[in-house]
Amino acid sequence: MPTQTRRQMFEARQRRRANTIAAASTLAVFVAVIVLIPLTPGWENVQRSFFNGAVFAKTFPGLLNAFVMDVAIFLWCAPLIALLGLAVAIARDLRSPALYPLRLLAIAYTDIFRGLPVILVIYLIGFGIPGLGLPRPWNSPYIWGSLALILVYASYVAEVIRSGIESIHDSQRNAALSLGLSGSDTMRFVILPQAIRRVVPANMNLFVALQKDVALLSFIGPVEIFRQAGVYKSLMANFTPYVGAALIFLALTIPATRYADYLMNKQASARS
Amino acid sequence: MRVLTTLAALLLATTASAETCATGKTLKEGVLTVATGNPAYFPWVIDDAPESGQGFEAAVAYALAAEMGFGADQVEWTRTSFDQAIQPGAKEFDINLQQYSITPEREEMVDFSDPYYTSAMAVLTTKSVVEAGASADVASLKSLVWGADANTTAVPMLTDLIAPEKAPLLYDDNADVTAAMQAGQIDAALFDLPTALYLSAVVLNDGALLGQFPADRSENPDQFGMLMEKGSALKECVNAALASLKDSGKLAEIEAEWMQATTGVPLIK
Repeated sequence: MPTQTRRQMFEARQRRRANTIAAASTLAVFVAVIVLIPLTPGWENVQRSFFNGAVFAKTFPGLLNAFVMDVAIFLWCAPLIALLGLAVAIARDLRSPALYPLRLLAIAYTDIFRGLPVILVIYLIGFGIPGLGLPRPWNSPYIWGSLALILVYASYVAEVIRSGIESIHDSQRNAALSLGLSGSDTMRFVILPQAIRRVVPANMNLFVALQKDVALLSFIGPVEIFRQAGVYKSLMANFTPYVGAALIFLALTIPATRYADYLMNKQASARS
Repeated sequence: MRVLTTLAALLLATTASAETCATGKTLKEGVLTVATGNPAYFPWVIDDAPESGQGFEAAVAYALAAEMGFGADQVEWTRTSFDQAIQPGAKEFDINLQQYSITPEREEMVDFSDPYYTSAMAVLTTKSVVEAGASADVASLKSLVWGADANTTAVPMLTDLIAPEKAPLLYDDNADVTAAMQAGQIDAALFDLPTALYLSAVVLNDGALLGQFPADRSENPDQFGMLMEKGSALKECVNAALASLKDSGKLAEIEAEWMQATTGVPLIK
């Protein structure tokens, strides 16, 4: 076994020291939180209102049940968002002068829908369009609420994909064209495969955000987990159901964000 | 003006024991802080101005205050949402009147006074739904698409009284429920009768009341209580004052003044 150099010994010592400090400070923070918070005068009330075991046990199964609705809305929105986002991103990249109106439309669309609060779009589309007098089932809040989510999120996804497209150097486009590929084939076989791969982590983050914003649909009627928690809160005058709902969301969103981070790191190391 | 004179008369008539009961138990010494909704709706508070004493809950609050020994100028109003009313920690009101239904689950977290009003539940709908054949019997009601305010006890009552075939849609407030009804997304909604009357007459374009579930039904009567902090020392004073308002007929008088229109709505079979 080779003996350590003085430099290696020094670095090992530094590492040990850093680890000890990190452990001590983490422990100190945890102890402070666990010991000090329950000492506050209002803790008992907060515990009864937010961390009530009996209420939690009574409401958790109903919350899980309502979460199925969130997942369903997410599942039918996500593919449509991806498609619309891609279409808008391509429309923004159109270079033919004749198609300029389409490009202008795409720019206006992304500007408007990225600039509006999601809840406002949901109200406007979810109550406004059915209010025009559509017959059932075409006035369903599920349809129009989902459309609102799709419009808002597709505008973000479009911008992310566009940044991916622009990150591909123009020389590739020129090379493809000089090989005899048509403009659309260049986009399809050369630009997009690379562009989309580059923006997967950024899009993953958007879809995690979408999973949370699905709860906003509750404002126009659907009883998903956030609304169900609100009903329980109201009936029991207790906020614990919201904590239950938060845990259910976290169980899904934390693994998803970790996975997005993992992809991002992988990409970063592959490029370096 | 008439309200003020009755209040003055009541003030003079209050007994010494009632006057001393609330001493030192209110948020601010010598002032009764009363909370209402933001906004507060007709007929509970007229024109969103509880200070005027106009409207059922505003009038009850002033009568109660007088009974407890507070003059009209010693009543201060504040506004809270439902969530603010039930949040843990110090409350910013002594009593909170906004049609809070008394339930055993809620009573574990906050205190309620004895009921000051028992409400019938009414079915709010539109004329076009009635023309399409909806009628005031449970079998017909089951097939409608229902909506309700998610913050009210209308939600469990829907399940208990009607058990609709499709899952009801729930909203944050009256305005959203009526918007959904106007958009044709729901056929009917369950409200306490006075609120339903107001919405059907004033807010909805072609609103109609299909019928009411009687107030005195044995299961699940919808009784409104004044909400107070859990363990509030003021509760016994409020209840004593409320009892004497009931005994003297004053509460019934206020109810007759502001709730007269609740008759004439057919009962649901």
